[in-house]
This record gives sequence, structure tokens and C-alpha cells, in this order.
Amino acid sequence: MSEASARRIPVVDYLVLEGDPHLVARACTSCGALFFDRRNACARCGQREFAPQALATTGTLRSFTIVHRAAPNVPVPYVSSVIELDGGGVVKANIVDAGSDAEKFELGMPVRLTTFVCGHDEEGTEAVAFGFTPV
Amino acid sequence: MAGDAWIIGASMTKFGRYPDKDSIDLASEAALDALEDAGATIQDIQILAAGSLMEASNMLGQRLQKQIGQTGIPVYNVANACATGATAVRTGIMAIKAGEADMALAVGVEQMGKMGLLGSAGQARSAPKGYEPSGRYGSVMPVEGILGTQLMPGVFAQAGMDYASRHDGVGFEQFAKVAEKNHAHSSLNPLAQYRKIFSLDEVMGAAMVAYPNTLLMCCPTGDGAASVVLCSDAKLKTLDPDVRRRAVKISASVLTSDPYVESDTAQPDVSTLTKQAAAAAYEQSGVSPQDLDLVELHDCFATAELIHYENLQLCEPGGAGDFIDRRGPWRDGAIPVNVSGGLISKGHPIGATGVANLYEVTTHLRGEAGDRQIEGARVGLTHVIGLGSACGVHVLERVAS
Repeated sequence: MSEASARRIPVVDYLVLEGDPHLVARACTSCGALFFDRRNACARCGQREFAPQALATTGTLRSFTIVHRAAPNVPVPYVSSVIELDGGGVVKANIVDAGSDAEKFELGMPVRLTTFVCGHDEEGTEAVAFGFTPV
Repeated sequence: MAGDAWIIGASMTKFGRYPDKDSIDLASEAALDALEDAGATIQDIQILAAGSLMEASNMLGQRLQKQIGQTGIPVYNVANACATGATAVRTGIMAIKAGEADMALAVGVEQMGKMGLLGSAGQARSAPKGYEPSGRYGSVMPVEGILGTQLMPGVFAQAGMDYASRHDGVGFEQFAKVAEKNHAHSSLNPLAQYRKIFSLDEVMGAAMVAYPNTLLMCCPTGDGAASVVLCSDAKLKTLDPDVRRRAVKISASVLTSDPYVESDTAQPDVSTLTKQAAAAAYEQSGVSPQDLDLVELHDCFATAELIHYENLQLCEPGGAGDFIDRRGPWRDGAIPVNVSGGLISKGHPIGATGVANLYEVTTHLRGEAGDRQIEGARVGLTHVIGLGSACGVHVLERVAS
């Protein structure tokens, strides 16, 4: 199966794969608070209307950990991080393609969103996740 | 509103592994011992609050009554993550403050066995039939390990590293020093699950779980129970002089949940609600951080304890690394923290923890802590936090009653 014909599905619905892959948040139309999951009312101001908002694909490393003991069937080690996106939005994701040596990760360093295949189902559909790489 | 609430009885089982007992056995042991300590019987108790994260949905309190006395009083079964025990105690305090009861019994218990890492399920071994988005994030598979970690060691590692990113002088070594201290403290506590002293090198060289938390910087799972008997001002005046002499005043009782912060989308923020709980507790009690003779705080991981130095105002803003570097929280330091050994070495049977820390402080204020006694202790603070989040802070004082 060629790459072009493989069916792909984002691992979560707030990852947009079309065009330049990016994250989309549900933004409160009243106060601007951003959420990645379905919300009934805004956790910050209580208003009920949301609109989709595309988020930047660049940001900075706010925190990280290197996981050596994981849940079943999760390969280790891997680097989990908290990323502050430029222009708003805070998200948890792996740092990929950067090894797992703690010395290499400088808090505050710039990062960029990337995508990777994280699984496939029996029908051959690829699940695609996002991560971040140091810029 | 009624006046203060007092602790007149306190007890905890040794924390550890009890494969031959169940939660009811452990809770009964702690409750009966606390009643005896208070010179009271179950007939004196007008409300029972029973905390257990895993048993609260299973009528724990009523099952406990069948072992210690069925008197028909109201029972509240309580779960609030790792703040479960403190929430149970606070339920009793609220009943006393509301004037509904003049004597209350609170029990916290957990039997965890060897559960391993808490916080998230793993991945399936084989490919699913077909991907279907589901849940509030429209996910097609569990995302643990794919979109970061939600396991407790990693979540609290990231909380600590977030603090490190904003303050100089905080790194792996400072976090490790916290665990070095708590292991050393636990060597004096006969009720601790572990009592072994480790050097800083041993702490840092132990198997890595989630950087910077090594195995010796993570609390264990375990079993145990703790209980307190509470009473009102008016009731206390009627009790035996010996009970009054050993009574400890609850000068503040605070429970908070997390207010909105932007980073909630990544993981719960364990600092803001702790800061708010501490500020409220200091205001309620009129006690300032400098007055504290000891603190039992929620060191589920070494990274957590370090950031709570600042959250509880035990150090200057930004000064948590310096505070541990100059041994401020050691038992002979400026403000002794976790002289019990803390969750890291005393153990963390979830529902019991927020009652056991009240037992610990009460025992010091009574001057009955044996080898680990903080001499002349008069004021102490307890803190727990359950991720998601719930934060309980209590201030206890020894005062003439």
C-alpha cells in the first residue's frame, strides 16, 4: 500500500491532519479560554458558546519527564512534556526524535509540532499522533 | 455557629502489607483504638465519616459499624482521591461546627496490596478491528505513552520540573535530597512502612521511574488505616481532665479544589489550590508559617514535596531549592517537614493518609511521639492533595482547654 493511499485517522479529534498538521481548540467565545475536549460550559467564565480555533505549531518546553517505568505495552524510555504553544494553548505530548538524555532538554527551549504513526487497525488504517521536536 | 473542634482521640495502624486482613479489619483496629484513646465508646459518637478511595462506594462506614457498634447514627462514605482521609475528618468537623453533633468519629483506610503504578491504563497488545473515535477527546486508542504520560510519577515529575523551569537552583539533586530526608526521618518511626536510611547517592542512583523521580523518590503502595475522635468546645468541658489535657485544637480546616488555570488542559495544577488552602488556613487560625513546629505535607513524590515548600509558604518565593539545600525541612531544621517519614517512606494507603498526618501532628503536640518527638511542639500543619484535584489543610494547636 502506498503512503498516499493509506487511510489515516488522528489519534484524537483535536489534531487536524489535512494541510499543515496542527491542533484545534474549542475556544470560549466570551473569555477566550481554550479546551481540547468537549465542554458544556466554560470552566473559566461559565458561558456556553465555543468556536474552533487553530493553534500555532510552535511553542516552548515548559516541563518534561523521562518515563522509564510505564503502563503495560508502552515502550520505554520516552519523553513526556508540557508545551506552551505560541499565541495560547498548553498541551501534553511526547518529545520525539530527540533521544532520552535529560541533559538534552532545556526548559524553555523552542519546539515545533510534528506527527507520527502510533498504530494501525486490522483494516490498515493508520492512527496518527502529534509530538514535538526541538527547533 | 459552635466554637472550635478538637481532636481527643487519634490512632493509626502501622502502614505496610496486610494480606491476611481486609479494609474493615484495618479500619476497625484504628477506630477502636482512637475511641479508647479518647476515653469514649461508640455510644458517644453522633456521626461517622469513613474515607476510602476504593471502598467508599461500597458502604464502608456501615460495614465498619457492624464491627464496632451499630447505633443508627448518620454515616458519610467519603472519596476524594488522595485527600479522602482529610475530607472524612472535615466532614466530622463540619457536623460539629454546624451544631449537629458534639462528638464525631472519622476513619480513613485503604488496602492497596501491590497495585503498581497508578493513573492510567496501558496499550492493547494487538491491533483493534477498526478505529472508532470515542470519549470527550474523540480518541481512537488509549493515549498513555503516545501523548505524554498521565501516570502519577510522571505527572508529579512534570509538576516539579515546571517549578524548576521558573526558578534557579532546583534540579535532580534538590528533589533527591527530599527523599534522602524522608527516608532518614522514617528510621525513627515504628509505624512507617519502611525505615531504611539511604544516602543521597543511593537515592539518585536508584532505578529511574520518571525523571527526576527515582524509585526511592516515589511513595509505595500499601495498606493501613487511621482514625480520629473529634468533639466540640462544649463537650470537651464535660470530659475527664486527662482527656482535656491531651486534647488538640483544630485551629483551621480547609478544603479547596482547583480554580481554572490555562495549563489545566495539559495536567492538573497542584500548586494553585494548595496556595489558596494554605492562605485560608493561616487566616482562619491566625498562625503564621514561622510559628509552625512541624508540617506533614503530601510528598507522594519527592518533586511534589519540594514545590509544596513554597505553596505552603515554608520558604521564600522561588526558594524551595535553597530551603532543602540548607536542610530547613530536616527534623532539626527551621520547619521540620514529614518527620514521620512522609508518604515516601511511612507509606501512602490512600484513604488513610489524610487522617494519619493528623495522628502524627497530634502525637507530637501531645509530646507522645517517642524517638521522633519534636521537642516542645505546639503548632503543626497537615496537607494532602488528591489529583483532579482536592486539597485539604489543617492547622492543629496545643492550647490549654
